[in-house]
Amino acid sequence: MSLQFDIQTLITQMATTLSHTLSQADITEPALIGVRTGGVWIAEKLSQLLTIPAPLGELNIAFYRDDFSRIGIHPTVAPSMLPFDVTDRDLVLVDDILYTGRTVRAAMNEIFDYGRPRSIHLVVLFDRGGRELPITAQVVGAHLNLQPGEHAKLTGPSPMHLEICRQRPVASAA
Amino acid sequence: MSAAEVQLDAQGRLRHLIAIEGLPRSLLEEILDNAERFAPLGDRAVKKVPLLRGRTVANLFFEPSTRTRTTFDLAAKRLSADVLNINIEASSTKKGESLADTLRNLEAMQCDMFVVRHHISGAADFIARQVGPHISVINGGDGRHEHPTQGLLDAFTIRRHKKNFEHLTVAIVGDVAHSRVARSNIQALKILGVPDLRVVGPKTLIPAGVEALGVTVYDDLDEGIRGADVVIMLRLQQERMQSALLPSAHEYFREYGLTAQRLRLAAADAIVMHPGPINRGVEIDSAVADGMQSVILQQVTYGIAIRMAVMAMVMGNQALAGVH
Repeated sequence: MSLQFDIQTLITQMATTLSHTLSQADITEPALIGVRTGGVWIAEKLSQLLTIPAPLGELNIAFYRDDFSRIGIHPTVAPSMLPFDVTDRDLVLVDDILYTGRTVRAAMNEIFDYGRPRSIHLVVLFDRGGRELPITAQVVGAHLNLQPGEHAKLTGPSPMHLEICRQRPVASAA
Repeated sequence: MSAAEVQLDAQGRLRHLIAIEGLPRSLLEEILDNAERFAPLGDRAVKKVPLLRGRTVANLFFEPSTRTRTTFDLAAKRLSADVLNINIEASSTKKGESLADTLRNLEAMQCDMFVVRHHISGAADFIARQVGPHISVINGGDGRHEHPTQGLLDAFTIRRHKKNFEHLTVAIVGDVAHSRVARSNIQALKILGVPDLRVVGPKTLIPAGVEALGVTVYDDLDEGIRGADVVIMLRLQQERMQSALLPSAHEYFREYGLTAQRLRLAAADAIVMHPGPINRGVEIDSAVADGMQSVILQQVTYGIAIRMAVMAMVMGNQALAGVH
């Protein structure tokens, strides 16, 4: 089953909100970091819409997940790549779906192993609630109301599409 | 039961790493792919990731080693594990403690992994059969048998430079008979599909029947490296000369030393490898060891990524098996 969202429009709205949020915070040179894989797709679109000149960072949080003791090393494709110095930068972390908050926790831990950023804003396409950690996104595309046992997954990159399934998708991040 | 059986669990996952021999190609590629993910960590401000936080790795070196021990040490530390470096030659065994008792004591200290280097072939395999289910054993070199992480890091170095193995000519030069590195390299490169694998050296240093492993034997260096894409030089151990297998270091260099002039017989973009420590002027000329085609120091760097990959995989597989 799938919920009908015009993801392109959501991202355009997110770009407007993000631009406003950043200017409110006096941030003129943000650097975007997408969480692989869905977050990178969204960060690419946002980067184009906001004409951000800085190269895009990509994070693969596999080495920072908190479930290694249960499921072992996570099979993923490409390693993290932050092609800029994060120290004293204003970062915008982009993910597709915010759920427990554990992915964002892992992503922030990894970012701090590259350096000490000046600030981090969190941008997510969908917030589905269910937080297990004290983490909030500054920019949210849409809120999802899912039934117990339902799981959401973004497919893409073009077009991006939200899939809702009863089973937890294999290799999905928390 | 062969090493291949003891090192894989019932689901075919890596539980120990004892030998390359018998491992499936898919598993070797999985290790290389994981190492590819660990390699960029070395360029970061903080080179550690928290994967093995709280785990304890004991480096059990029954034989001296600098490079292998330090890179295993670094690999474990970059995975955030705690590391015990135990030079067994200088410790309990000197006081008469048996190997089994030493192992039981380390198990009682709740170690999670043993990295074992031993002068006796089969030592790591023996230890892997003694330990409890919560301990993984990694072979850091056993006698003349295997040095699997070296074989893997050499394969990783080759893949990074040559992209794949399908059309390569690889020459392994020197004391093949006494070299566990050569044995692991031959196994790894055959499994990964290198079509033209050569061993080159004087007849006294080439093991009888080595052709059965799928290699071609050359006793002439010029012929052996002609057109090669990769030249792997092996260390010539001084004791080989003492045992009269060779006349002298000088004469060995004249016949089998890799010089810049000889290297021109190999492919124009050939890379030169050596597991270290190198004997300058014995098996390799300084101009080659320090030259443009040498990737000897890259091998050392890649060794850390390979050892991180293997350690993370065996510990992760313990987790999957429900041990932790």
